[in-house]
Amino acid sequence: MNLFEYQGKRLYQDFFIPTPKSIFVSRISEISDNHGLTYPVVVKAQVQVGGRGKAGGIKVAKDFDELTIFSGEILGMDIKGHIVESLLIEEASNILEEYYISFTLDRSAKSYLMMLSAKGGMDIEEVAEKNPDDLIMLHISPSKGLDSETIIKSIEKAKLNESYKAELSDVISNLYKLFVEGDCDLVEVNPLAITDNGVSALDSKVSLDMNAIYRHENFKDFENEIPIPVSEQFAKEKNLNFIKLEGSVGIIGNGAGLVMSTLDVVSEHGGMAANFLDIGGGAKAETVTAALEVLESEDNVKSVLINIFGGITRCDLVANGIVEATKGKELKWPIIVRLDGTNSKEGLSILEQNTNEKITISSSMDEAAKLAVEGAI
Amino acid sequence: MSIFIDNETKVVVQGLTGEQGKFHALRNRDYGTKVAAGTRPGKGGESVEGIPIFNTVEEAVEATGANTAMTFVPPPFAKDAVLEAAYAGCDLIVCITEGIPAKDEAEMYDLLKEKTSSRLLGPNCPGLISPGKSNVGIMPHEITMEGNVGVVSRSGTLTYQAVLELTNLNIGQSTCIGIGGDPVPGTSFIDVLDAFQNDSQTEAIVMIGEIGGSAEEEAAEFIKNNVTKPVVSYIAGLTAPPGKKMGHAGAIVSGNKGTASAKIEALTDAGANVVENPTKIGQAIKDVV
Repeated sequence: MNLFEYQGKRLYQDFFIPTPKSIFVSRISEISDNHGLTYPVVVKAQVQVGGRGKAGGIKVAKDFDELTIFSGEILGMDIKGHIVESLLIEEASNILEEYYISFTLDRSAKSYLMMLSAKGGMDIEEVAEKNPDDLIMLHISPSKGLDSETIIKSIEKAKLNESYKAELSDVISNLYKLFVEGDCDLVEVNPLAITDNGVSALDSKVSLDMNAIYRHENFKDFENEIPIPVSEQFAKEKNLNFIKLEGSVGIIGNGAGLVMSTLDVVSEHGGMAANFLDIGGGAKAETVTAALEVLESEDNVKSVLINIFGGITRCDLVANGIVEATKGKELKWPIIVRLDGTNSKEGLSILEQNTNEKITISSSMDEAAKLAVEGAI
Repeated sequence: MSIFIDNETKVVVQGLTGEQGKFHALRNRDYGTKVAAGTRPGKGGESVEGIPIFNTVEEAVEATGANTAMTFVPPPFAKDAVLEAAYAGCDLIVCITEGIPAKDEAEMYDLLKEKTSSRLLGPNCPGLISPGKSNVGIMPHEITMEGNVGVVSRSGTLTYQAVLELTNLNIGQSTCIGIGGDPVPGTSFIDVLDAFQNDSQTEAIVMIGEIGGSAEEEAAEFIKNNVTKPVVSYIAGLTAPPGKKMGHAGAIVSGNKGTASAKIEALTDAGANVVENPTKIGQAIKDVV
């Protein structure tokens, strides 16, 4: 889960990573002159999309008048389809140097990766492409971690300002600590700046590993602050992996691979999926009932394809869920069901005992997709 | 021969007393898998349908000679369970558990490599089956038949789909194996391709990938240089919406890799026959065996 800048910076503060003094607001009325910040201040749109500065989402205010004017302009602004719903207002820094640093998991190397560069503040992908020598890439063993000696060597190798070596080393060590102990998929600071007040993380890009939610109380709080489309809200509450798409064939399947593949096969038969919906592994009857409820509130759905290949998921439970959701109901659209794998015989017989004229059972994924595409016309 | 498991495989199930552990362990046993033991701290001395329960894997291994662990324990305890099985001397650990934090996976992988010689399959995988010999995991064995095609996949349910397409055309499998789609899989495509290439029973290989990461591109490179057996491949997600990029760091690490078309191109270039739909896998294999 990707965090907003202000959320990432809250984590930075928890891990003693210096950031500019700031306030967070989501309404103009929350801004008063006794905010305690020293002018000039930077008004920053809180959106999860790049290029907000160029779009006018970042402005420097030299007094209270400018602060209210700029805040009013930026709040509600549409930046590449993202509406600005909140602002981070922070003291402007006098920047002497700008660096880049990130920690992430390198899947190919199966280890952590630190990237460090003295060429921060700019497009780091371009630096990586044109001047790869300016970007230090250091793999870190997950079981051994990152020691201070290695950090110091990296600072020297990246040619960061040596008079700030000790301070930089602390910050880097704390960023790594946040990455590991905070269960982050990504911690990226661009720029990590040397300012009049020392080292400061001027921006934050943090992504959380939601599999670790059980050991972090603040993950849930962060999650609640991130707006999600209304259509995805209900699915989320039911623990369903749902993504809205533009087509007309509603898709329910188990396992991301099979669902993606179902999208592909529907497309091959000339249709377009209305959504991606993965009920996950080991789904129970109520999961399937909830999945059908999610699609019921989707106007673009004209037919539904339920494609289940039982493994840890049992087809009899899936069939029970379908019956539960449809029994005695006037269905809005045809449902094509394909069940294979674990307990599929039991599942099919449950469906046969509870016939519904809108439900068709198909014996193959290919045929089921074809029928669903035809049903959506 | 088959790869990784055969008639000699003896399984200890971690989490046998849980609902899913029990359901699948008994299914595996019905199939003919030697399910020798289960573990559950505090329940040592009890039994589940005749399978003895031990407090630790070490005790289970000592008493029954189990050489393979199958793990169903919940995410918060999965890392320790896998390491326990490895330290107890299990050659193969099949971790079915879904939802393990990436940090735990990375650390676990590191420690396994450094301190043990155990092979980890998964986490978040369906396990593996060598039809006619042994089934360790959650794959529905009804759809498999013994034969000469090796199947490897990142996706659980898509593995089943591919296997069914083969069986429907009367084409049997040597071993079907799901490596799982988590960030740090214990066993990679390359490990499995290498084993299939060296397995006398396997004559052709089906490899199923999906969008994201660069595992398929790395596998393609390996196929190009090391695999002489015919490979049929399918990549799921050609029409899926592009995922969210993980900051600039993610973009730098993965470069142009990760899209379905990049993977298809790499595999085609390596000499694999990439089909555009999983229902075409059976026919494509039939053409080469």
